[in-house]
Amino acid sequence: MDARIQIVAIVSASALLLVLLELVRQRRLLERYALLWLFSALVLLGLSVWRDLLQKIADAVGVAYPPNALFLIAFGFVLVLLLHFSIAVSRLSDQAKVLAQRLALLEERIEQRTQPPSHPAVEQRAEELEPAARD
Amino acid sequence: MGTIITQRKLAVVPAYNEADSVGNVVRSLQAHAHEYDVLVVDDGSTDATMKVAMDAGARVLRLPFNLGIGGCVQSGFQYALDNGYDFAVQVDGDGQHDAREIGQLERAMRDEQVDMVCGSRFLTADFQYPAPISRKTGINLFAFLLSRIVGQRVSDPTSGFRLYNRRGIAVFARDYPHDYPEVEAVLMVHWHRLRMCEVPVRMFSRNRGVSSINGSGKSAYYMIKVLLAILVGLARKRPSVEPGDDAPVAAAHGI
Repeated sequence: MDARIQIVAIVSASALLLVLLELVRQRRLLERYALLWLFSALVLLGLSVWRDLLQKIADAVGVAYPPNALFLIAFGFVLVLLLHFSIAVSRLSDQAKVLAQRLALLEERIEQRTQPPSHPAVEQRAEELEPAARD
Repeated sequence: MGTIITQRKLAVVPAYNEADSVGNVVRSLQAHAHEYDVLVVDDGSTDATMKVAMDAGARVLRLPFNLGIGGCVQSGFQYALDNGYDFAVQVDGDGQHDAREIGQLERAMRDEQVDMVCGSRFLTADFQYPAPISRKTGINLFAFLLSRIVGQRVSDPTSGFRLYNRRGIAVFARDYPHDYPEVEAVLMVHWHRLRMCEVPVRMFSRNRGVSSINGSGKSAYYMIKVLLAILVGLARKRPSVEPGDDAPVAAAHGI
């Protein structure tokens, strides 16, 4: 493996790791979301440094040029991360739905408490209505 | 009221930007189904839907943002459950359902002893339902599939004109499908061992506003989405959340 590509890989993986740690330190990234990222960055860094292992993996899966195996693994992590986020987004939108519903129900309850029914009586108007709105 | 035991009934009117028609729907319910309390669920409308509904004398649930018809109707069920209603009928805010036919739904519920009654456009001999061919195909396909799965004829699986009793309200307050809920709701009724039946109703073509399912692109999306939901539902071990199960939106598994 060319030394240049190894240097590039090590530098990028280290940079990713540092950025992640800094984000967690500043609490801009929750630990539960950072774990998968940190794991990915560590594995990529490890494989960049430990060329023999990368070579073995590449041979095992039939990749001729070892750095390509690194890209393959990185791509796998990206897919897992994306799935992770899709799940998180689904959960969040469900939670947002529940919150919106609770909020609406509470607002209505407060409304009923604070201003007792003051609706104008709307009765005996069937004739002038006719069913809702049509033709 | 004296000694009469009154059953509490709620009409849930989902409305999204229906300021033009929701007032008439509310007044029509008050006139033709006066024993029903009217609850308009304003699904984050940007027009005067809420004001019009309130001025007409309805109670209004105002969702802070647009949830789509599923979440919108579900909050109506939650309201019915919270306030101890015995029956809830869904009447769309665009005026396509006729409040005078609620009595038929009630009669069917009493006679057939079911938990949900659907108003079906397709059971009358002289029905007129001008719809694009794509939508008709979709409805027919769903009707065919659902009838096979639930083991009884379902002629109009996309109808939103439905009456529920307490059991139906409780099930759907807890869990109601998201985007295009009517078809999946029929499946849920089946899974929860509830019973349903259909009665023929007339529906008015909407003269204002647009259907939530419009355009062939959306029709295709709707069909695929609902088919996926049907298949996923069939493959699911526990189709919906029962009391005591993990909450569907629990922050589990560190995600």
